[in-house]
Amino acid sequence: MMYGFTWDTATPLTYAWSILPIILIGLTVTLKAAAAGFAIALVLGLVFAMLRRSRWRSVSWTTACVVEFLRDTPLLVQLFFLYYVLPEYGLTLPAFLTGALALGLQYSAYTSEVYRGGIEAVPRGQWEAATALNMTRMQTYRDIVVPQIVPRILPAMGNYMVAMIKETPVLSVITVLDMMALANMIGERTFEYLVPLTMVGLIFLILTLICSAGLHRLQKVLPKAGIPLR
Amino acid sequence: MPWVSYLPALAQGALVTAWITLAAIAIGAVLAFVAGIARVEGGRAVSTLALCYTELFRGTSLLVQLFWFYYALPLVGISFEPVATGILVLALHVGAYGSEIVRGALTSVSVQQLEAARALNFGRMHTLIHVTLPQAIIEMLPAFGNLAIETLKLSSLVSLISIADLTFRAQSIRNLTLDSAGVYSLTLVGYFAMSLVLMLVMRLIERWARRGAAFPRAAHS
Amino acid sequence: MTEKAPAPLIQFAGVTKRFGALTVLDDFNFEVAPGEKVTLIGPSGSGKSTVLRILMTLEPFQEGRLTLAGMDYQEPGGTGPFKASERHLREIRSHVGMVFQSFNLFPHMSVMRNVAEAPVRVLGLSRDEAQARAVDLLAMVGLADKKDHFPSQLSGGQQQRVAIARALAMRPRVLLFDEPTSALDPQLVGEVLAVIGDLAHEHDLTMLLVTHEMRFAREVSDRVCFFDKGRICEQGSPEAIFTAPSHPRTCEFLASVLR
Repeated sequence: MMYGFTWDTATPLTYAWSILPIILIGLTVTLKAAAAGFAIALVLGLVFAMLRRSRWRSVSWTTACVVEFLRDTPLLVQLFFLYYVLPEYGLTLPAFLTGALALGLQYSAYTSEVYRGGIEAVPRGQWEAATALNMTRMQTYRDIVVPQIVPRILPAMGNYMVAMIKETPVLSVITVLDMMALANMIGERTFEYLVPLTMVGLIFLILTLICSAGLHRLQKVLPKAGIPLR
Repeated sequence: MPWVSYLPALAQGALVTAWITLAAIAIGAVLAFVAGIARVEGGRAVSTLALCYTELFRGTSLLVQLFWFYYALPLVGISFEPVATGILVLALHVGAYGSEIVRGALTSVSVQQLEAARALNFGRMHTLIHVTLPQAIIEMLPAFGNLAIETLKLSSLVSLISIADLTFRAQSIRNLTLDSAGVYSLTLVGYFAMSLVLMLVMRLIERWARRGAAFPRAAHS
Repeated sequence: MTEKAPAPLIQFAGVTKRFGALTVLDDFNFEVAPGEKVTLIGPSGSGKSTVLRILMTLEPFQEGRLTLAGMDYQEPGGTGPFKASERHLREIRSHVGMVFQSFNLFPHMSVMRNVAEAPVRVLGLSRDEAQARAVDLLAMVGLADKKDHFPSQLSGGQQQRVAIARALAMRPRVLLFDEPTSALDPQLVGEVLAVIGDLAHEHDLTMLLVTHEMRFAREVSDRVCFFDKGRICEQGSPEAIFTAPSHPRTCEFLASVLR
């Protein structure tokens, strides 16, 4: 029994049906973790991208190194690092937040590159015009650059979001009770892993297919959405 | 300096990580070419089969696949050694993502090249092997480089099915010493160094491949 | 129509070619005698390149009949866009060669391999034989010393001469030139035209040439065809077409390109 639901292992089908509610509870955790992680990645990535373009060499160089390091080391180890090391410095976060933070950190390395590509695609003349209008650097980003790059970077961001959803099961190793963790726990108690794990796989497959279809649609709609692409 | 004493165990783990990563990349590359070529050149049945493989392994999470092969499959009587399971699952992952790279590069070879091949009466197989693939491979290399690094990172997941790779060793040492900061910092640096080596190798391969096409031996005659 | 050869090598009979709603060739009739050198001229989009691309089996056509040396392009009961089997198409292709506007050399192969590859793979020649043939042809186009270079190391004119050698290495009965000098810098046009001009003396080789080089067309061709809107609206000897065009569209076109 789990969350008040009991399982019925008579046949694979009844078994699947009886544990579906439990798995779906896990799905909500999975989606929340991905949403929180992606929000962090979007903000942090933008910060990295702007620091990367800083006028001070030392700032841009340091940022480049940090981003490269985050991108080239495994999420799992970063997760362990945050989970075990942060408390040593007196910062004890709930496992869910630690997990979201780790996802956000890893993916901020990817999103910062997407932002950078988008920013570099804004013609130099736009920056010069903003300077000529005496806008501050911050205003230029907020009013000129960001609105222009949004439609350009959305597809790539969407792909990374899908990729992040598929990486959330890793959070189960630090006791986050996502789909994967629950499926494993059911498996441990019933000694029958095939059905719960297959269900988790199928749910991920459905999620990915829906997201890809949505992204595809988005790409077709975007240029018509009123933000000129060129 | 306690962390010096971790180094031998971590190095052993790094060797396992390197071996699993390289094996997965090698097997995965073969799968990628088979599936990618099947997508472009195969008949309807063959290309659909390849598409299903690609979508299945790109669409489900890698950790789910790993646990599925490790915990679920033995229940229906199919089981491998943990290391074989790890390599197999990673290779299937590389193959699925790689097939998209192969497909993209094959379809990006210009129509004019295909027309020239047709005007010379090349057969389909010969066009693929001697005209399309040699040009497409150069285009694939950067993406394959990223995929290789991705594979190295994802190989850390095999520690969760009790393979003594770098991450697994780090976990063991931490449980023993409780020196989390030291062990995990070293481990991160270890992965970073391996990524850099992999990147360097891929870049050398790319430079070599490009030189072959554009600046051959006779360049200085 | 012509009282030249009784048995034409190439015969278009009522061929219609459409791209979607656009009709590129409209009930097109055209014959070429063996060994004849024919130049196709006309405004862009008039269908002259399409004639070559259909002959090379790069494009299918929808209606009508096309034969090469008595061989039908479409097979009775043939399927696919070409209404013919791949085997049949390859049989046809073995008689036809083509030189493209953008050369289309294989960038990953040396000049030698570009020329020798198809004879080895398709005709089944030995490497030595094919290379000997390639050396002869490269010498003919004046590039014997470039055989170990790669296409990217050659000028456009040199690349196009290699492409001509590559096509000739297959010993085609018909050689198609699709605007062979249009992608070249003006100072490189001459060397390519010189090679094509030499080929025009080959008695057995049938040549179809699409070009905007009017003076050259006049020198080398037996017949010039003026294309407009998917049809030949005037044809005849170079003298007749260039000195005394009868159709108003021909006069208009020649006036626009000759000055």
